[in-house]
Amino acid sequence: MGFRNSGVFRKALLLSLVFSSFLVGAVWAADPTGAKTIESNPGLAVDFVWVLLCGFLVMFMQAGFACVEAGFCRSKNSTNLMMKNLLDFVMGCLAFWAMGYAILMGKDWHGLIGTSGFFLAGKYYDVQTYLSFFWQLVFCATAATIVSGAVAERLKFSAYLIYSIVVSAFIYPVYAHWVWGGGWLSKLPFGLGHVDFAGSGVVHAIGGIVGLAGAIALGPRYGRFDKEGNPRPIPGHNIPLAALGVFILWFGWYGFNPGSTFSAHHLRISIIAVNTTLAAAAASLTAMLIVYAQTKKFDIGIALNGVLAGLVAITAPCAWVESWAAVVIGVIAGIILVIGTYLLEWLKIDDPVGAVPVHGFNGLWGIISVGIFADGTYGIYSIKPPFVKGLLYGGGFGQLLAQLIGAVALFAWAFTTAFILFKVMDAIMGIRVSPEEELHGLDIPEHGTPAYPEFITLRRR
Amino acid sequence: MKEVRAIIRPERLDEVLKALEEVGHPGVTVAQVEGHGRQTGLVEQFRGRTYKVDLLPKLEVRVVCKDEDVEKIMRAIREAAYTGEIGDGKIFVYPVLEAMRIRSGETGEQAI
Repeated sequence: MGFRNSGVFRKALLLSLVFSSFLVGAVWAADPTGAKTIESNPGLAVDFVWVLLCGFLVMFMQAGFACVEAGFCRSKNSTNLMMKNLLDFVMGCLAFWAMGYAILMGKDWHGLIGTSGFFLAGKYYDVQTYLSFFWQLVFCATAATIVSGAVAERLKFSAYLIYSIVVSAFIYPVYAHWVWGGGWLSKLPFGLGHVDFAGSGVVHAIGGIVGLAGAIALGPRYGRFDKEGNPRPIPGHNIPLAALGVFILWFGWYGFNPGSTFSAHHLRISIIAVNTTLAAAAASLTAMLIVYAQTKKFDIGIALNGVLAGLVAITAPCAWVESWAAVVIGVIAGIILVIGTYLLEWLKIDDPVGAVPVHGFNGLWGIISVGIFADGTYGIYSIKPPFVKGLLYGGGFGQLLAQLIGAVALFAWAFTTAFILFKVMDAIMGIRVSPEEELHGLDIPEHGTPAYPEFITLRRR
Repeated sequence: MKEVRAIIRPERLDEVLKALEEVGHPGVTVAQVEGHGRQTGLVEQFRGRTYKVDLLPKLEVRVVCKDEDVEKIMRAIREAAYTGEIGDGKIFVYPVLEAMRIRSGETGEQAI
């Protein structure tokens, strides 16, 4: 984005060593008081407020994820899911501050990785840099928290803490650097290079595909498939909680997408808000109707995940398409969600909350859809040309090709690094709880605190 | 003395309590129970996949009464709990050896 890619970081000395940023004094271009920044451009005040308010909304999506995941899983793992959603944010904040932000936005090294700004020290003590840091932080935390749903009810808490650090300090920032930090994907010689407005790919597909690797490395939960290999649904324990979580996420998305202009002066934010809404609605309705055709019931679980699927898919194209395209993107997202859910079952992969079809598959669809539907009315985080144009608006195959290359690179990077991470942790410390703990639920063995101490049920399938 | 235990649909509780009052037996204990009889359960669904639940939520209504009142209590409960559909429940009758009212120490039929 204009700011994400901008020269703020490049104007400074070229720093490539990890701790050399400590040596740089605050006297450089940095403006920790904010006085010079506001003097040079009084209009920045409204941009700061806009970006921070949207960032606060994105942070609140953590609550949405916690509710969805706990609601879609069994009561015996609720404490564990709340802790995972809390601690990935806690660990992620510190890891992203120490290292992640530098890799994402630091001085570019061969298009692969950023190399300056560790611990936000030295010249990074600056109001604009801190604004950028906060924005990137809440996005990083969103990617990290997606994974807990896919590995729910069986991953050791200790392994989850390590995973949180690695994804926030390395896996996410490296890919985000390729797209948003001036890395090689953003410089592809097709279309305007690979573009991903608010992160269908960078945030959601990374989270979803890392979750896929984790779910495969762990294997399915006990009882998810019978002896013949037929899938057995494990219903969630609190549908109202899951529904509340989806409403919170939908609301939070109004920070996630419109805030990604990084400027309140781009009135395109109204278009982004409408597109975001329409895609969510279209995907939810589509998914619900497909399941209705099969079971003759209006299934709330698929309608809720349908909302999220549409939101994920529209996240990359929301600034570059018009309303009819948002509806089409949403309808296809709903179809991908249902097919993806059944595909995982067919592959005997257990994803307790559906994070992989929602965030992984639809994240990839979102970035690809830009190459088809972008209509040439908005640029690279800019209201000035060059504008992003897809196949249907005379942009040719260039942009689509750039989007496809990004999708392949994303899958390869996220799946490979995450699968290695989970396998290495498994070899060293084991990543799956014992069968006894899994049957008993993780709440008491891992945390000592049952979520509902006075609540029992005899109900079984 | 006898104890009448009726396993009923939760939604019929109000009717059953009213019927017991009408036959003069307002004293009652109600418990939440789960189970199934000859019916094999219920089909539910989660995110597009259906599954069967074989223990269903029911209420158990317990009334202790004199031997000669058993028949009219059973009839009153049946009429109030009846819908004609599978899953209406069952009524069982057990002998009661002794009873005591805690407040006064009265025993036997005086206590019920």
